[in-house]
Amino acid sequence: MSHNLKNITLKIWRQDGPQAKGNFETHIVDEITDEASFLEMLDILNDKLIHDGKEAVVFDHDCREGICGTCSLMIDGQAHGPQRGTATCQLHMRQFQDNAVITIEPWRAAAFPLIKDLMVDRSAFDRVIESGGYITADTGGAPDANLIPIPKPIADAAMDSAECIGCGACVAACPNGAANLFTGAKIAHLSRLPQGQAERFSRVESMVETMDDHFGSCTNHGECEAACPKEISIDVIALMHKDYRKAKFVNRKDLARK
Amino acid sequence: MAQVVTSQRGPVTGTATRSKKRRPFLIDLYSTAVGKKYVMGATGIMMMGFVLFHMIGNLKMYLGAVHLNEYAHFLENLLVPVAPEGVVLWILRGGLITALALHLHAAYSLTVLNRKARPVKYQSPRDYQIANFASRTMRLSGLVILAFIIWHLLDLTFGVVNSHVGTMTGVGAHAGDQVKDVYGNVVSSFQRTPVALFYVLANVLLGLHLFHGAWSIFQSFGWNNPRFNKWRRGFATGFAAIVVIGNVSFPIAVMAGIVG
Amino acid sequence: MSLTDQLLAQNTVKLDSKIPAGPMADKWNSYKDNMKLVNPNNKRKFKVIVVGTGLAGASAAATLAELGYQVDAFTFHDSARRAHSIAAQGGINGAKNYKGDGDSIHRLFYDTVKGGDFRAREANVHRLAENSVDIIDQMVAQGVPFAREYGGLLDNRSFGGAQVSRTFYARGQTGQQLLLGAYQQFSRQVGLGGIRLFNRTELIDVVVIDGHASGIVVRDLVTGELQSHAAHAVVLATGGYGNAFFLSTNAMSCNVTAAWRAHRKGALFANPCYTQIHPTCIPQSDDSQSKLTLMSESLRNDGRVWVPTNPNETRPAHEVPENERDYYLERLYPSFGNLAPRDISSRAAKRAVDKGLGVGAKKNGVYLDFADAINRLGRDVVEERYGNLFEMYERIAGENPYEQPMRIYPASHYTMGGLWVDYELMTNIPGLYAAGEANFSDHGANRLGASALMQGLSDGYFVLPYTIGNYLAPMLNKSIPGTDHPEFKAAEEAARLRFNGYLSAGGTKSPDYFHRELGKIIWDYCGMERTEEGLTKALSDLPALYEEFKTDLRVTGSGENMNQTLEKAGRVDDFFQLGILMCKDALDRQESCGGHFRAEYQTEEGEALRDDENYCHVSAWQWGGDAMKPNLNVEKLEFEEVHLATRSYK
Repeated sequence: MSHNLKNITLKIWRQDGPQAKGNFETHIVDEITDEASFLEMLDILNDKLIHDGKEAVVFDHDCREGICGTCSLMIDGQAHGPQRGTATCQLHMRQFQDNAVITIEPWRAAAFPLIKDLMVDRSAFDRVIESGGYITADTGGAPDANLIPIPKPIADAAMDSAECIGCGACVAACPNGAANLFTGAKIAHLSRLPQGQAERFSRVESMVETMDDHFGSCTNHGECEAACPKEISIDVIALMHKDYRKAKFVNRKDLARK
Repeated sequence: MAQVVTSQRGPVTGTATRSKKRRPFLIDLYSTAVGKKYVMGATGIMMMGFVLFHMIGNLKMYLGAVHLNEYAHFLENLLVPVAPEGVVLWILRGGLITALALHLHAAYSLTVLNRKARPVKYQSPRDYQIANFASRTMRLSGLVILAFIIWHLLDLTFGVVNSHVGTMTGVGAHAGDQVKDVYGNVVSSFQRTPVALFYVLANVLLGLHLFHGAWSIFQSFGWNNPRFNKWRRGFATGFAAIVVIGNVSFPIAVMAGIVG
Repeated sequence: MSLTDQLLAQNTVKLDSKIPAGPMADKWNSYKDNMKLVNPNNKRKFKVIVVGTGLAGASAAATLAELGYQVDAFTFHDSARRAHSIAAQGGINGAKNYKGDGDSIHRLFYDTVKGGDFRAREANVHRLAENSVDIIDQMVAQGVPFAREYGGLLDNRSFGGAQVSRTFYARGQTGQQLLLGAYQQFSRQVGLGGIRLFNRTELIDVVVIDGHASGIVVRDLVTGELQSHAAHAVVLATGGYGNAFFLSTNAMSCNVTAAWRAHRKGALFANPCYTQIHPTCIPQSDDSQSKLTLMSESLRNDGRVWVPTNPNETRPAHEVPENERDYYLERLYPSFGNLAPRDISSRAAKRAVDKGLGVGAKKNGVYLDFADAINRLGRDVVEERYGNLFEMYERIAGENPYEQPMRIYPASHYTMGGLWVDYELMTNIPGLYAAGEANFSDHGANRLGASALMQGLSDGYFVLPYTIGNYLAPMLNKSIPGTDHPEFKAAEEAARLRFNGYLSAGGTKSPDYFHRELGKIIWDYCGMERTEEGLTKALSDLPALYEEFKTDLRVTGSGENMNQTLEKAGRVDDFFQLGILMCKDALDRQESCGGHFRAEYQTEEGEALRDDENYCHVSAWQWGGDAMKPNLNVEKLEFEEVHLATRSYK
């Protein structure tokens, strides 16, 4: 364990509200240990700001274990910063050099309107899920859990995409502000499972169309996959595209016949 | 203001509800971004077929003027006498024009959508991880290729900027017939250095466009299978390379005097 | 006359647990057979407020909306998917007996009562065990990708405190998958209009009119605006209060405000001193640390816990020879070994570190070693089982657990105490319910691993939807007070004054500073081990610090837009009052049980020494108008099925 102390210069986006004009503010935080997490470094900055009678920087964060998906931040031009497969809250200062200048910006997309400083509103993701990101199974009527065996490869593949934490890094990183990775992950999770077959095509149609109301389109850059803290593969996008196409062509009355 | 979701309290059973406009299924498909990408892929495949066979056909110039001119004559006489001369060719051209138009329309509307999706740009430089030069310059390469197609048609098909076009020649198997001197058209066009350079530039950009486009088709169509996924990038690279090498060789051959 | 009976006679509030008559195994069915029903067409005439959208809240809201009630759901997060249920790693228990290893509802019930050190209410626990079976079915039907075996059937693992494999899991992210399952059902109802969702909206007060819960006052975190909402019933599914310790495995914004505000309005707060310390967390590495990260307890299935026998050991772990290692859990508890229950493992780690045997730069941890498992199973199998946990550890600690043992140390993790509720999960305020970690009922003095997810879902999916109907049925076509009622206005005004007070305190220190100091006091004196002396000291330190908080607090910014400092100030204020009650309760309970370990009451071997004669009761505290003057009420715990016995995991 090293106990290096680092001095960091931060260029942080400050903006009072959605309509206000924003700008970068420069702050210096001294003597940050390697063990500190990125957000703890911001805590230290905020404590200093409050001490100086200034307003603390607003940023979204919660579990700090990389699972709730609340944290965001564009760090040096990368969503969730430079470490692959890592959410901002799991990023530690050992990833940065002493005397580094770090630029922090909020995520920018029409679907993610800015609330204040580094905080944005990601409710559009909820709208996508509400439009079909579920399996209809009212409480009470479920059959025995082992009634339908699910081969391990299928369960594992469903789990791979179910790991999505809904942080929005895919949209933030996408040059087009597209949410195909997010939507594709939910579709791949549910549509791979036997339980998800009944609504497979209505789900993909509805979710893709809702996605269009808020987000840009996928042009296969692959930036989303690189930014995803759960490293969800763009294979899920291909699966969504395929199911969407099928949804428009297949005769759904015959689905049980193959 | 925190967002409060209030919809009319309604029935509480149901699934994936979204009121739908009724319209023909292809138009319905095309109405979403995913559908438009599907159309871009499909029209892309058509045009990929065209550029590949166009390049292969033109390789005949290395066999000499007779072969190339005969090939052009053959294309004009496809399915003659069932169809009158030139008709099938125009049907094929019609298909390509439609494909191009759809490709352009889809590209335009997706670009508009994407611009709207991020009205405020990032204020600090982005550090792209995977997006490559090809994928980020699709619009630019596409526009240059479009300009090139227009020039190319004016140059070698309609002869607006190439006075040699229209010249007939009598060589070949049809000794008596007069056929269009396509070979001569090519040579006279590429003897102008700026034209040759524009041709080379446009084809390199075409290669870039294909490098990303040919790979993208797999994603947009959902052709994704662990068994062949690793070949997808190779296919796109190979396809782009073959087309570019073939096409770029023509002006070089003319300027080097190999064809002439 | 036992102390319990003496106290019972002095109760100021009538605590009727409403346990149905009949044999233990039939109580829940008999309740369902006899409860009052609301006709499907009448359900839409009732409005239910659900605060919190974690496992309990989301599942309750979704099910109530499916039934036809109008549901208004509130979360201070940006989305219903963020609640801290998401961070549970290990799994969820279900008495399915899929492994044929002799599991049954009765055995899960028994293990939970015993694991809770005989301080839980038997009937609630039995119902929990019954529901555990339905929960697994329900979650699978909703598409939760639980781990499977190659044949396609569900896989199970074993967990601390149980001798059967009954834990269902989804990699190391079971909580995430279950929460997302509940969130999806919840979202479906939002999309269908059954639920109105208010996000970034925090509960500020509970409004009680004529003795009934009539609604809530909330603050829109984005605009700072205070709003009132009226309803027929209010459900608080707002989680536990583990963040009172500041350094805990809870998420940063976990708080006690909702439960505490209800408490101040008359709801009794039960057993606040029952807090669980999780044995496997990553030790603190740095003074600026904001939280501790839990490493799933499932790691103890294959990891071996040890410390060097020499306090001055400086060699790296792999160079310490076997005979200089103390595998203390295996030595002390041979039959459970590394899988001994959480409280027992935690205290054992504390004793080792207190003896100076700790490892790491700060000597504040013990080793959890996978070298044996890697030799026995191969690295691939270990990676398959724990890969994501190992990666997480490496990201945080900067050490590779495949090569050197993990360092772990206990940290505050879960709170068994909470709002007092009866069998119907209703607090002593009619119409006010508490579900999930926010209530006190099912885990007694200690919670077994993989039981929290089970309880949250049981409450939300399978208990509240029935019991709320029983409460609402007689209210059909009767009018309820609207938000223009003076009580709502008074609550709004009080909230406004409170928040303006924080803004104008004009001191010098941030809410975080006070939270950290508060947490230190509670951790030192009301943490893993408590003494009369320490608690008395805490009870003089805490009010002093609280006074300082009131005068020396500085909150910058305004109350008219997003202000996280202001939010925090309100939460820390409530933590102060709760912290005092925790220490009061811990001081009052003169025995050791489960997570509550009083150093004065231990066996010769250092194990918890219960006093069933005098403390076999729930301590439910009533707000006395001042944090230092709560009134004690008790509910006597009767054990019909499981006989009181000393817990032994040897």
